[in-house]
Amino acid sequence: MTAVVVDNVTKVFNQGRSDEVTALAEVDLTVDDGEFVSLIGPSGCGKSTLLRLIADLIEPSTGTVTVADRPAAQARREQEYGIAFQQSGLFEWRTVRRNVELPLELRGIGRAERKAKAEQMLELVGLADFAGHYPGQLSGGMQQRVAIARALAVQPPLLLMDEPFGALDEMTRERLQSELLAICAKTRTSTVFVTHSISEAVFLSDRVVVMSARPGRITASIEVRLPSRDEAGRQSPVYFDKITEVRKALRG
Amino acid sequence: MRRFLAVLAGLLAAALVWEGYKAVGNPEGTVVFGVRVLPRADDLSMPHLWTIAERLGAPELTGGRPVWQVVLEACLFTLGITAVGFVAGAVVGLVLAVAMQRFRIVERGLLPYVILSQTVPLVALAPLIAGWGGTIMPAWATVSVIAAYLAFFPVAVGMLRGLQSPASAGVELMRSYAAGWWRTLVKLRFPAALPYLFPALRLAGAAAVVGAVVGEISTGTRGGIGRLIIEYSREATSDPAKVYTAMLGAALLGLLVAAAVTLLEVPLMRHRRHVEVVTL
Repeated sequence: MTAVVVDNVTKVFNQGRSDEVTALAEVDLTVDDGEFVSLIGPSGCGKSTLLRLIADLIEPSTGTVTVADRPAAQARREQEYGIAFQQSGLFEWRTVRRNVELPLELRGIGRAERKAKAEQMLELVGLADFAGHYPGQLSGGMQQRVAIARALAVQPPLLLMDEPFGALDEMTRERLQSELLAICAKTRTSTVFVTHSISEAVFLSDRVVVMSARPGRITASIEVRLPSRDEAGRQSPVYFDKITEVRKALRG
Repeated sequence: MRRFLAVLAGLLAAALVWEGYKAVGNPEGTVVFGVRVLPRADDLSMPHLWTIAERLGAPELTGGRPVWQVVLEACLFTLGITAVGFVAGAVVGLVLAVAMQRFRIVERGLLPYVILSQTVPLVALAPLIAGWGGTIMPAWATVSVIAAYLAFFPVAVGMLRGLQSPASAGVELMRSYAAGWWRTLVKLRFPAALPYLFPALRLAGAAAVVGAVVGEISTGTRGGIGRLIIEYSREATSDPAKVYTAMLGAALLGLLVAAAVTLLEVPLMRHRRHVEVVTL
């Protein structure tokens, strides 16, 4: 089974109008089960658009998107993926725990099970003590961790992340990267991760997909095999080699 | 306790301003170039507060019930009318807001008329609505209709703004959960609209009181505070404190409605009260 297949997809916004924009042109992308793929490119290269196409938040102009061997729309309806955006998008009127419970609630899961699951997820992101707090009481980094816990709560086979650490400081970002890797390894989740940070992409990914702008297309796909995904990994020569390789690919 | 003291201080300040102006103001009012810029300060226009208080205790007519009883009874009557009008107006406003949020075309088609409705003078509509009294509804209900007519407007406009307030991240999130329009409304749009709803409800409450008072006067409904204000103001030349007792009643009515909205708000807006930010 493949997690995601994007087949010859083109996305045109405002088709037929004077402000027509071709966001993506003839994009092909395959994400294998359990694979961690980063999309990287300059702003306006359509990486977020590609993520939203996989999530079926928007529809392709031409081509097909398949998620978990199903059309993307069906996969969305069957909640085959969890998603996290750059803004945490937490509901300020719900406590942290009830925010994490939201996707479970919408699946019709019972109260007790919901609570247990949410607490387990908050444990995972290290926020168990803040279950009763409101999002407004938490710092940006903590809010983002809640959003990740929420995305993971339904234990989706696929995780879609749109610059989830973009608004965080470097230290928090590195800690969350490690946490995310640990979670993905533990739950065998496939991940599509949009970022504009080269080091982040290389550190996290099995494969870095480099995109170029106007129209957005995939220009390179770089396999990354780090000896380990930890501090030692960050210091290894392979890590720096791959960063250089991605940077070169970005320059085109 | 501190809040109670603040309320007391506010009342005291208002009393001081009233009596202070009475003490220093020109009894004939201050006239500049033929325009009276400050009101008359004589006992006929501005009776002493203690005169008003005394009047509350005195009988309405010789040998009759004390004024405070009559005013309170009229307040209760008008409160009933206001409550019905307020609730009906709020419901109509909510339904309109939801319909306008759901269908762009309804918003485009309806919103101008919603705004237009408030520019039609109430006194022009009142006789029309009063005509329904005794036929399709009891006479008091026509006053509620007028109150509702004023009350629905802030709710419709405020709530529409509130329902449209969620960021696209929230809307996309609900879509990613395969939640339809109804569940997005219940789980996201409605809670997100509450901070917009409560100020709108406060405006609607005040509008409902005004609508009920004016409605009573223009439909000629008996028994309420609006009618009492008219009756007492006819006696203003001989008994100036009396009309102020009725006005106090109207003010009390406004306070009661505002308090009711606050009672509704407190449990629903709990998350707004925790503001301390944890930074870890």
